[in-house]
Amino acid sequence: MSVSLLLAINSITLGGLLFLLSAGFSLIFGLMKIPNLTHGSFFMLGAYLSTTLIARGFDFWTAALVAGVLVAVFGTIVERLILRRLAGAELAQVLVTLGLSFMIADVCLMVWTGDPIRIDTPAALRGTTSVMGLGFPIYRLAVSLIAVVFAAGLWGLLDRTRLGAMIRAGVDDAPMARVVGIRVSRLFTVVFGLGAWLAGFAGVIGGPILSVYPGLDQEMLPLALVVVILGGSGSLLGSFVGSFVVGFLYNFGQAMFPELAYVVLFLPMLLVLVVRPQGLFGRQAV
Amino acid sequence: MTTALAVRNLRKSFGGLQVTSSVNLLVEAGERRLIIGPNGAGKTTLFNLITGEIPPDAGSIALFERDITRVPSRRRTHLGIGRTYQIITLFPRETLLRNVTLSLLGLSPRRWNPIVRLDRQASLVRDAHEVLARLGLEALADRPVAETSYGERRRVEIAMALAQKPRVLLLDEPFAGLSLEERRDVLRLVTGIPRDVTIVMIEHDMDVALDFAERITVLHFGEVVVEGTRAEVVAHPRTREIYLGE
Amino acid sequence: MKRFALAAALVVLATVPLWVGSTYYVNIASQILFYAVFALAVNVLAGYAGLVSLGHAGLFGIAAYAAAKIMTSGHGHLAVAAGALAVTLAAAAVFAVLALRGTGLGFVMITVALGQIVWGVAYRWISLTNGDNGITISGRPSPFGLSLASPRGFYWATLAVFLLAVASMAVFVASPFGASVRGTRDQPRRMNALGYHVWMIRFLAFVLSGFWTGVAGLLYLYYNQFVSPQAVTLTASAEALLMVISGGTATLLGPITGAALVVVMKNVASAYIERWNFVLGAIFVAIVVFMPEGLVPGVARLVRRSPLR
Repeated sequence: MSVSLLLAINSITLGGLLFLLSAGFSLIFGLMKIPNLTHGSFFMLGAYLSTTLIARGFDFWTAALVAGVLVAVFGTIVERLILRRLAGAELAQVLVTLGLSFMIADVCLMVWTGDPIRIDTPAALRGTTSVMGLGFPIYRLAVSLIAVVFAAGLWGLLDRTRLGAMIRAGVDDAPMARVVGIRVSRLFTVVFGLGAWLAGFAGVIGGPILSVYPGLDQEMLPLALVVVILGGSGSLLGSFVGSFVVGFLYNFGQAMFPELAYVVLFLPMLLVLVVRPQGLFGRQAV
Repeated sequence: MTTALAVRNLRKSFGGLQVTSSVNLLVEAGERRLIIGPNGAGKTTLFNLITGEIPPDAGSIALFERDITRVPSRRRTHLGIGRTYQIITLFPRETLLRNVTLSLLGLSPRRWNPIVRLDRQASLVRDAHEVLARLGLEALADRPVAETSYGERRRVEIAMALAQKPRVLLLDEPFAGLSLEERRDVLRLVTGIPRDVTIVMIEHDMDVALDFAERITVLHFGEVVVEGTRAEVVAHPRTREIYLGE
Repeated sequence: MKRFALAAALVVLATVPLWVGSTYYVNIASQILFYAVFALAVNVLAGYAGLVSLGHAGLFGIAAYAAAKIMTSGHGHLAVAAGALAVTLAAAAVFAVLALRGTGLGFVMITVALGQIVWGVAYRWISLTNGDNGITISGRPSPFGLSLASPRGFYWATLAVFLLAVASMAVFVASPFGASVRGTRDQPRRMNALGYHVWMIRFLAFVLSGFWTGVAGLLYLYYNQFVSPQAVTLTASAEALLMVISGGTATLLGPITGAALVVVMKNVASAYIERWNFVLGAIFVAIVVFMPEGLVPGVARLVRRSPLR
C-alpha cells in the first residue's frame, strides 16, 4: 500500500477523533461562551478510565460507553458546581478550566502512572480488509465510520429535534432564547454533559491508535482549538470540516516536514484568523 | 449658511434587515435638530453611521462639505464630531476628573506619551476642571463614576462630548431616565451650548425636546418620512399617524 | 511614610545575599526577581489592557532560545542581549497582530495556539533547537566588571534589572499612555469615539509586555544556563498568569507578590510534595472562586474593613 494512502487513512481517522472532541468543545464555546480548557483532559480521562474498566473485564465498547458516561458525570458536576458560578466571567472560566486540567493531569499521573498504556483493538476489528485490491486497517475505518455516524446523529439532533432547535437558538442569541422561555441553564448542563461524553468516548476509541499517556490532554487541546478557530465556534459543519483539515495537515505535515509539523498545522489557522476571523463557517468573530 | 452635516442616501442592513434605507439629512451650521421616531426606527444606527462606528452599505457622509464616508471613526472625532451614548458609556472606576481628562487627552498628541505623569499635565487638568464646573459637577471631581447618581452620570456623558469642543454634537437621548427636575437642568445645559456647535439630538421625551428643536426629522423604518420646522412636523398627518399612533 | 517604606524595602532587597546565608536562598531570591519581571510584563496586558495572554511563555522562550542560539554561535554578551531582545520584540509584534484579530476569548485562544506553535518548534525542530535536550550555554556575562557567575553577583544584577522594570512600570502606569491603555480595557467603544486608536494602543501595550518578557527570558537563560521546551509549555504561560492573578491584576505590587508566592511554593512544595501541578491547579481554582481580585487587593480590602484601623 502506498505511503500517501496510508497517510490519508490516518488523517481521516484522526479527523474523525478530532471531530468527536471538537464538536462538543465548539458547542460549549458557541452556546455557553465557555472556553473549556479541560476538554483535552476529558479526552484523556475517558481513555484512562476505559483501561481500568477493560482490566476489570468489560469489553471494549461497553468500556467506551461507560467511560464516556463517567466523564460526562464529572463534566456535569464541574459545570453545576463551579462554572455556573462564573457565568459571564470569561477570564475566571479560562483560569478555572485550566486549573482543573492541571489537577486532572496530576491525578491521572498518580493513578495510572507515567507509562503509556496501550488499549487493545477490539478483536473483531483487527487486521486489514481488502477493498479494490488495497488493504485497509479495519479499526481505523471503523473509527472514521463512527465519526461520520456521530456527525449525522449530531446534525439530526441539532437540526431536527426540539432540543436541537433550543441549542441553536441559544448559540445565536442566549438572552433572546431565555426570553422566549427556553431554560437555558438546563440546556447548558445538557450540552456540557454531551460535550464531555463525546470527548471521553473519543478518548477511548482513539486509545487503540494513540494509546494513553501523560500529556495526551495537552496534545489534543490545541488541536481542538485549531479546529474551532478554523471552522468557527458553534458550527457543527465547521468542526467537521476543520477536523479533517487538521487531521490531514497533522499527518502529512509530520511525514513531509517532520521538524515543522506544528508550524504546518497552525499556519492555516493563522491564515484564517487574518482573512476571516470568525472562522470558515462561523457567524461571529471568535 | 454652510452645511455642517450632510448625509446622502445612507443605507445599512444587518443580515436581511434594512435598518436605514436611503436616509438623507442636511443640517445647517449652528442648527438644533431633533430626530424622533418610534423604537427601531434606526435613530441610533444613524448616529453610529455618522460617527463611523459602523460602516454604511451605501451612501455618503460629509462634515462641513468634506467627505468623511471612508474616514475611520476615531479620526472623525478629531475632525469635530462629538457624541453621547444612550446607554451610559463612562469609565466607572475612574473619577469624574479623570473621565473628562481622558476625553481631552483623546484629541491631544500627548495621549501617546509613556513617560510624563498624566496628573501633572496642568493644561489638561485645568481644562477638565473647567468643563466640570460648566456642568455643575465640580464638587464631584474626585469621585469615581461608580459612586455617582444616574442623573450625574447623564451629565458626565455630555461633559465628555463637550470637553472636546465638537463642531457637530450628536446627543443620543440625553434625557433618558431622568427626573423632571433633572431633565430641566440638562435642557438648560444643552440650550446654553454656544451657537458655533451644531447639535443633532435623538429624544423620546417630546415635552422637553420640542422646546429645544428648530427643525425636526421623523424617522420611521429607516426612512425620513417627515422633515420641517417644529410647527410643520407637529401638524403633519404622517407624524401623528406614526409617532402618536393615531 | 511611603518613602520610608520604599527605602526600607530597597535596603532589604539590596542586602539579601548578606543575610539569607546559603546560596540556595540567594538563588531563590534571584528567581523571584526575574519571574517578577515576567509577571509585571504579563500584567501590562492581563491587568492594564484587559487582554489575557496564555502564550507568553512562548515569547519568554523565544528570548531564551534566541539568546542561546546567538551565544552558541560565538557572539559576545552584548550581541546576545541586543539580538535576543530584538527577536523577541519582532515576535511580540507578530503575536500582537494575530492575537488582536480576536478580543476577549478569541484573544485567549489565539495566544494559546501561538504559544503551542513556539512549543512545537522548540520540541520538534531539532536542528534548530536541539529538541527535548535543549540548549546549554556556558558562562554568564560580566557587565561593568561585576561577574554574574556567582549567585550573589547574579542576584545584584537581576535586582538592578528588576528595579528598572518596576520603575518603568510605575512611570508607564501614571502616564497618559498608561491611562489610554486602561481606558481601552474599561470602555474600548468610548475610547474609539474619543479619538483614540484602540488597536494601536493595544498593539503597543503588547509590544511593551513583550519587551519585559524578553528581558525576563534572557535572565532566565543566564540563570539556568540552559533552555528546553519545558520553558515554553502552556503550564509555564499559566504559571505566569497565576503570578499576576494571585497577587492582583493591574497593581504594581500584585505581580511581584504573586511571583514570590509561586516561586516559593514551587520550591518549597516540591521539597515536600511532588504534585506541584495539582497544587498549581488547586490554587488557580481556589483563587478564582474565593478571591477573584487577587491577594494584594483582597488583603487591602480586608485591612480597610478591619475595625482596628
